[in-house]
Amino acid sequence: MYKLLLCWRYLRTRYIALVCIISVTLGVATMIVVNSVMAGFTHEMQDRLNGMLGDLIFRSRSLDGVLDAEAHMAQIRQVAGEAIAGMSPTVHVPALMYLTVGGELLPRQITLVGIDEQTYASVSSFGKYLQHPENRRQLQFRLRDGGYDVVDHQADASVAKPRTVMKNAGWPWRRYKSMIDRQRADEQRLLESNAAATGSAAAAPAATQNPFQQMAAAHGEAEPEGRDFDPASEQHAGIVLGIGICGFRMPDGSDQFLGLPGDDVKVSYPLSVVPPEITSHDYTIVDFYESKMSEYDGSFAFVPLRTLQKNRGMIDPKTGLGKFTTIQIKLRPGADAEAVRDRLQNAFPAQLYQVSTWRDEQGPLLAAVHMETMVLNVLLFLIIAVAGFGILAIFCMIVVEKTRDIGILKSLGASRSGVMGIFLGYGLCLGLVGAGVGTGLGLLFVAKINEIADLLARLTGQPVFDPAVYYFYRIPTIVEPLTVTWVAAGAVAIAVLASVLPARRAARLHPVRALRYE
Amino acid sequence: MSNLLDTSVAPPWVSSRRSTGAAAALDHAAAAGARRAIHLACRGLQKSYRKGPLGIPVLQGIDLDVREGEFLAIVGPSGCGKSTLLHLLGTLDQPDAGVVTFEGHRIDDLPAAARDLLRNRHFGMVFQFYHLLPELTTLENVLAPALIAESTIGYWLRRSAHRRRAWELLELVGLAHRARHKPRELSGGEMQRAAIARALLSRPKVLLADEPTGNLDRSTGEQIMHILGELNRRERLTIVMVTHDPWIAGQADRTVHLAEGRIQQG
Repeated sequence: MYKLLLCWRYLRTRYIALVCIISVTLGVATMIVVNSVMAGFTHEMQDRLNGMLGDLIFRSRSLDGVLDAEAHMAQIRQVAGEAIAGMSPTVHVPALMYLTVGGELLPRQITLVGIDEQTYASVSSFGKYLQHPENRRQLQFRLRDGGYDVVDHQADASVAKPRTVMKNAGWPWRRYKSMIDRQRADEQRLLESNAAATGSAAAAPAATQNPFQQMAAAHGEAEPEGRDFDPASEQHAGIVLGIGICGFRMPDGSDQFLGLPGDDVKVSYPLSVVPPEITSHDYTIVDFYESKMSEYDGSFAFVPLRTLQKNRGMIDPKTGLGKFTTIQIKLRPGADAEAVRDRLQNAFPAQLYQVSTWRDEQGPLLAAVHMETMVLNVLLFLIIAVAGFGILAIFCMIVVEKTRDIGILKSLGASRSGVMGIFLGYGLCLGLVGAGVGTGLGLLFVAKINEIADLLARLTGQPVFDPAVYYFYRIPTIVEPLTVTWVAAGAVAIAVLASVLPARRAARLHPVRALRYE
Repeated sequence: MSNLLDTSVAPPWVSSRRSTGAAAALDHAAAAGARRAIHLACRGLQKSYRKGPLGIPVLQGIDLDVREGEFLAIVGPSGCGKSTLLHLLGTLDQPDAGVVTFEGHRIDDLPAAARDLLRNRHFGMVFQFYHLLPELTTLENVLAPALIAESTIGYWLRRSAHRRRAWELLELVGLAHRARHKPRELSGGEMQRAAIARALLSRPKVLLADEPTGNLDRSTGEQIMHILGELNRRERLTIVMVTHDPWIAGQADRTVHLAEGRIQQG
């Protein structure tokens, strides 16, 4: 009983010990904040990684792909049908895309993905990242008549800067652009006729001509012969671009676009022949997707599977079957992805097909994040351990200061273990206070992290969480109760361990010598 | 008489963990000299303090008997080993040679736990510098032996009884009005009275007082001596008091002189 009473009294009268526990408090708070933010980022990232890819990716090792997705899917279903919720064949091909900005062609290196818009939604949550509400329900590669999101639907309306140019995106924008182009062409013609009239038959500069018309002239095979393509009322095959391909974010969080839904782009990619030849086609941007993973948003573009197969010559002329490079597989909830992967890999020759989970695909990235978290945890825990030595020093001082009291307690019949218990209990109390306050502070910090980041940004003039780098508007956090418990328990354990040595010293004090201590 | 020498019955302060035979073994030399009502005794007690390779002898063979209900004063000049003798009698320290017996049982070689129990239940101790715990109030200081003896739950179960006893003792020493004060707010005499109340809490059989008036002026010292004398007379409490003051020693039933580590006869 006296142990509790004395612990309590020492706790209330020895402020120096509370000062030394502050380092434990700060260490615990920092660990909780770091773990929560890292967990938030990891979760957000995994969510989006998994959202863009299927759970399993069945891939042909050939760039040209293999024939007959249906047959392959039937075989996959035979091997592991009970675990599979959905499948969708795709064609992945590296490509070069040209955006036209102010009459200049801007190249972009992209991965072009041919998807089957009917089944792709069943394997990936790609659809929910699209910018048109109708497309989010069911993607169609048709240009919409306006109605694209002006405010990012994935963010708080209060924090996201509105993308005002998106108000005009769609057919209105396309009609406006074609009107401008036509006017420019008319002016050009007028200039030319004037020039011819004045006798100076200088060649008209080609660059001022409508680049669409140039392209259409160069690659007229996309359109039926003998008919003019009217950009004001017709579109090329639709393409969905990652928002990072033709947009970028300013440091203040607003977005700038190099193209909008309604603009045309030109894409070059290899034909499915040996040796590869390059071919180019026009596509019309019909929507953007924004997964907020800059790797994806800056490199992936989606087109209809059938169009890409046709354009790359991947359709077998005899059977009409298309080639595919990848089958995205969605597993039922609770299915063991690794086990299904191994079963599928065993069923198909490894020289020709590769089966991987989405985690395998993003292995290095996930491992790097995991590594970062681990290293940070080790470093921060070392900080708490250093704080433990502070406790040790302070406790040794307190034991010296309390030598006479220890003698008194022993003369009154307190046992060695009882005296040791006082100081161990004191260490435990300090650890509990430190870890408790630290946990509270950490959780409070996590709950208010965005407000704190805003405040810091205002004070320093530097954005802490640069929206140009991260596509999230808010810092994502996840508080894992288990982690918090472990951190707090670790801190308490360190405080107790640090008090073992002084407590043993106190317990071993000789009562007479302790009583005579001045 | 017979039950004092009965080795088969373990004394109450020997914990049950310990086998009774060796633990409670009587020292036969002591037993031979023991007469009825000898309460606390020592035979051939030697103690020296080590200073480097040399041992400085403090006690060089002390034989002492304290009868039940006796008020004994040990007097002697500073440094003659009075306090050391008292510590040995109170099992705070262990002798190099010789035995200490309490109610006929040898106590100097008991294990630490049994000696802790003995100090807690059967010996009350009062020191020259009061030795109150500065973090606790007067009342809590008086309750300290009970707090030490009881587990947390046991204390709360018997809390009211303990507190009643503590209040009685504070009334006895005239400190009830100071119960809520911390020791630093008390005068020397008040602190010593609180220390006496604390020493009496567990109804000990022996009170060991080490210069109880050594730090007090004459009139305050007289108050303390009055309290001790009353306790001795009314409660038949055995008191062993160490002092260098012949006047204080005169209040006791019997005085023993200690010089150069030996009892001086006469």
